[in-house]
Amino acid sequence: MDRELVKKLADVLKNRKLPEEVRIMEVCGTHTAEFFRTGVKDLFPENLILIDGPGCPVCVTPNSYLDLVIEIAKKYNAILATFGDMIKVPSSYSSLAKEKADGMDIRIVYSPLDALRMAEENPDREIIFLSVGFETTAPAEAIIIMEAEKKGLTNFSILSCNKLTPPAVDALLSADEVRIDGFIIPGHVSTITGREPWNFIADKYGKPGVISGFEAHDLITGVLALLDLLEKREAVVTNEYKTAVREKGNPNALKIIDTVFEICPAEWRGLGEIPGSGLRIRDEYSRFDAKKKFPATPPPVKEHAGCRCGDLLRGIITPPECPLFDKVCSPENAVGPCMVSSEGPCSAYYKYWRR
Amino acid sequence: MCLAIPMTITKIDGNYAIAMANGVETQVNFAMMPDIKINDKVLVHAGFIIEKLDEEQAREIEETWAEYYAILEKEEVKPA
Repeated sequence: MDRELVKKLADVLKNRKLPEEVRIMEVCGTHTAEFFRTGVKDLFPENLILIDGPGCPVCVTPNSYLDLVIEIAKKYNAILATFGDMIKVPSSYSSLAKEKADGMDIRIVYSPLDALRMAEENPDREIIFLSVGFETTAPAEAIIIMEAEKKGLTNFSILSCNKLTPPAVDALLSADEVRIDGFIIPGHVSTITGREPWNFIADKYGKPGVISGFEAHDLITGVLALLDLLEKREAVVTNEYKTAVREKGNPNALKIIDTVFEICPAEWRGLGEIPGSGLRIRDEYSRFDAKKKFPATPPPVKEHAGCRCGDLLRGIITPPECPLFDKVCSPENAVGPCMVSSEGPCSAYYKYWRR
Repeated sequence: MCLAIPMTITKIDGNYAIAMANGVETQVNFAMMPDIKINDKVLVHAGFIIEKLDEEQAREIEETWAEYYAILEKEEVKPA
């Protein structure tokens, strides 16, 4: 977008007069980080409140998942392939970083394709990919399973912690613990899903939502569009990221997800078990399901004393309201995942808000 | 984790394509977007093309927001 136009629109947002406090939620963790990084959050009028939502996949992954990962890797001497964000997340009793320091073979990958390559290059070792992500990442994870089958790989599997975002927002609104007037809806999740799965925000709860991109101009126009809908009291879900989001999403990607995965209940940190919010591997592909391939019983789950990541992910508190924030909990010594992930609200506040 | 990078397709080779952004080339999988062509602008997430970028839409959106601003300016809603 033209630089001058962006500057003008930034001024419009900055000077927007709101008759009363408006509370909007950005669901996506990438949005959380970008609102800070671009400085768009600093343009907000005083009574426009941005509430961070449950859209950082690492943050919402419960301790029990990492406990299981570590137990499996120990018991079966497997190589773990993971996105970098997971490495410092505390489990109940450890973390992948600590286990790596103690000799566990854990390798960071940029793409699930790297994990597949690893399996081809290490035929005498079991490779387990930690499949953590939302709708944006799920088709990629389904594709590597289909590729592994095509290549006849027997030493490759994934441990699915894949989640679906609309049911989490539904659960949040249904719990009605916090006032949210409207939503900035995840752009790249919507690239896969399209607009339709988000319509319930308007139809069921009478609130507006705007699908937004991630550049400064996308964020500014997304918020302005949402404020306009709120002002006009229009409860609809609109798409301000039409360059990358089609009405019906990406049908190929949706078909790929459906070929490999089926919908199941899933456990979310802070939100508990949400029906229909997870993806598990279909029986036809169960030989690539690490959970079935490597039975293991991790020790009982232990939550971290004082950590309020769960409340934060429900929008009940902001990071500085957590008693551990910037005291015992920092990116170097994180107590909870929201401080570890680059998209976690605590990490974003720590990096940009402390002045 | 839902970060995606806009890139341009420079080569298509079997099941993979080469995409470039800021002079850096990388191999990408296009199973989700099989009808790509050289010079297409695409969105890449974790080594996978998740969508083609619609530049015509981008222009239309920009025009709409320019009109939005023009109306505000005319109505003098815009503060000095």
